[in-house]
Amino acid sequence: MAASRTRSRKRARVHPWTDAPPLSWDRWQRAFNFGRSTWRPSWVVRPTQVDEVAALLDWAGKHGWRVALRGAGRSYGDASLGEGHILLDLTRMNRILDWDPETGLLTVEPGVTVEQIWKHCLEDGWWMPVVPGTMFPTMGGMLAVNVHGKNNWKAGTLGEHVRSLTLLTPTGETHTLTPQDTPEAFYGVIGGLGVLGVITSVTLQMKRVYSGDLEVQAWAVSNLEQALRDLDEAKDRFDYVVAWLDGLAGGRALGRGQIHVARYLEPGEDPHPARTLRMEHQELPETLFGVFPKSVLWRFMRLGMHRPGMRLVNLGKYLVARTVSHHKIYRQSLVAFNFLLDYIPHWERSYGSGGMMQFQLFVPKGQAYDVFREVLRISRREVPTYLAVLKRHRPDNFLLSHGVDGYSLALDFPVRPRQMPRLAAMLDTFHHLVLQAGGRFYFAKDASVTPQVALAFLGEETVRRFFALKDRYDPQEVLQTALYRRVFQPLRTMLALPRSGTGGNGSSTG
Amino acid sequence: MTEGRLPALQPKPVAVVIGASSGIGAALARRLAGEGYRVALLARRGPAMEELARLLNERCGEDTARVYVHDVTRYEDVPRLFQRILQEMSRVDAVLYVAGVMHRVDLEEFDFAKDREMLEVNLLGAVAWLGQAALYFQGLGHGHIVGISSIAGDRGRVANPAYHAAKAGLTTYLESLRNRLSRRGVHVLTVKPGFVDTPMLANAPRKKLFWVISPDQAAADIVRAMKKGKQVIYTPARWRWVALVIQHIPSFIFRRLSF
Repeated sequence: MAASRTRSRKRARVHPWTDAPPLSWDRWQRAFNFGRSTWRPSWVVRPTQVDEVAALLDWAGKHGWRVALRGAGRSYGDASLGEGHILLDLTRMNRILDWDPETGLLTVEPGVTVEQIWKHCLEDGWWMPVVPGTMFPTMGGMLAVNVHGKNNWKAGTLGEHVRSLTLLTPTGETHTLTPQDTPEAFYGVIGGLGVLGVITSVTLQMKRVYSGDLEVQAWAVSNLEQALRDLDEAKDRFDYVVAWLDGLAGGRALGRGQIHVARYLEPGEDPHPARTLRMEHQELPETLFGVFPKSVLWRFMRLGMHRPGMRLVNLGKYLVARTVSHHKIYRQSLVAFNFLLDYIPHWERSYGSGGMMQFQLFVPKGQAYDVFREVLRISRREVPTYLAVLKRHRPDNFLLSHGVDGYSLALDFPVRPRQMPRLAAMLDTFHHLVLQAGGRFYFAKDASVTPQVALAFLGEETVRRFFALKDRYDPQEVLQTALYRRVFQPLRTMLALPRSGTGGNGSSTG
Repeated sequence: MTEGRLPALQPKPVAVVIGASSGIGAALARRLAGEGYRVALLARRGPAMEELARLLNERCGEDTARVYVHDVTRYEDVPRLFQRILQEMSRVDAVLYVAGVMHRVDLEEFDFAKDREMLEVNLLGAVAWLGQAALYFQGLGHGHIVGISSIAGDRGRVANPAYHAAKAGLTTYLESLRNRLSRRGVHVLTVKPGFVDTPMLANAPRKKLFWVISPDQAAADIVRAMKKGKQVIYTPARWRWVALVIQHIPSFIFRRLSF
């Protein structure tokens, strides 16, 4: 329980909010989720120091305000939104506190992004052991939902590579958590949705790489069965395995798509590692075909965001996979392979004014074929998915884990007010299919899971342990995200758990 | 289980109805609750609102309505109360100022106490509340501001000088708000009712009334106009033509008229 290094660095200052209430009106703004499918009014604070965070949490608790934590705001659902009240945006706490190129141990503040990390460490020959499909999320945000990458089978979730972290709780305490000494808290806080405390620093074990490139192989698969089989066969031979599926193809072609696998290069395979590990080799191009600026591409994509348009795009993609890049082996930079989502800036905006949502279902391998086939069929009939991605997963030790020994299918849907009831009904059907198969859900993507579904896949025991941690670290329930209020708070009543605190409405501001 | 709705993506909006204990305010609260809003009910008289809130919570789900006892002439309470509503209801998407008084005034009567109350409740209270709403909405770039003015504000007639002045002031204030806020994505609606069958009408000369509509009809018109993003509406709509005529009556005729 050592005090964190940043805590002692500065004495508490006078903060702009301490003379409130009322809160200054000019801080109120709309905070959107990444899918731009919803927003919440938020009183936004962006601190740079740990004591500012501590002072705010203390003040909020005393005056009955709830606080939601937010990193880069890259969650598709409502994990990084507060239900009104205060939004604590940690993106300005973005210092790299310590980097040891000998051991690969990296210590960062919670607002540090994947981009900052690879730009800082890659030239020394170290890569993040697990990255999501984009380089813009923050460390705090990624650990709050315990992200995975395309190497989930081999490398697990990001949390498995954390050596220690510092947690500041709303009660003002600072805890150092490690997997050895404080396993219950460590495995609960990572994946704990940012409601157990503020992670103020993280020490991560980076992965040694001997080249800035990966060896990539791609091939087309003509149906779902083949996609699942090929991914499973490739999972032990390659570091990264992922499949793109054409969600609009039906009949015998249901689940056709393309597999991408990649492996790290061994020492010596890359004749010029110093060159490939440099930033210049890694940067994503800013133009398409060397001329067309990508920054405006989403505006044009918007024109094709309908069923016939996406059918055409998916078909074209499949045909290219089948012909030009079928069984091609090539080298690709770590950045280009991993951050597919960053190829087209603001791609999420191409879904139009209603935004988009993603639904990711995790199903054990034995049931995966039946469930995914049913899901793809229903989606084709009800609300077509414009992008479907298949990955291979394994279980992990985290409390609110999404890991299964099986597969996940991530589906992107446009959100349109008129088809909302249909979408909601379809997702409800998916929930049942996944639960019947013993599958799980992932809160980073979630916008549809109900308290009942969460209870069913997490189990009562897990939920009780989660609330035990909540009561220990945040008895007043100062930290509450929209997701927490939607999915978890009703479970307290359902499980008849006593509320230990006053629930964020203690002393009123009046 | 999801009731055809994804609560994560479609949180229920919140409307603040000032003057919700009776008449158009109560009808608006019922209408908005039926449309999926949660409502904050504000008025001086608590018991009437408690009854309404209980009804709405029964019909539209628990925590649909909350009651805040408030006197609109206590202007200094407005910022804190608005903040308390934000705290307890998590958001505010629409602010509707429905509070209003109309005293019976004789043709030769000039009673400052009555005139003052009409100006305070009909105009100053509205400025306090809607200005507060504007302050919050302009940062968000979102929201509906609805003011219930009156056809009585279109011209200063002989009937009730202070009432006409207050409603004319409110109409102009709302127009200014609209001009300031529409560029920020905030919608401002001016409602000009004719005769609506509310307690206020008790002070109007009965025999002169015509085209009287129920508060529920007025509320339906108002909510429809909110959805459509209208700027100024008359309810019922045919008053628009009456207003057009009245507005264009030249003074040498108008000052000889008895209404």
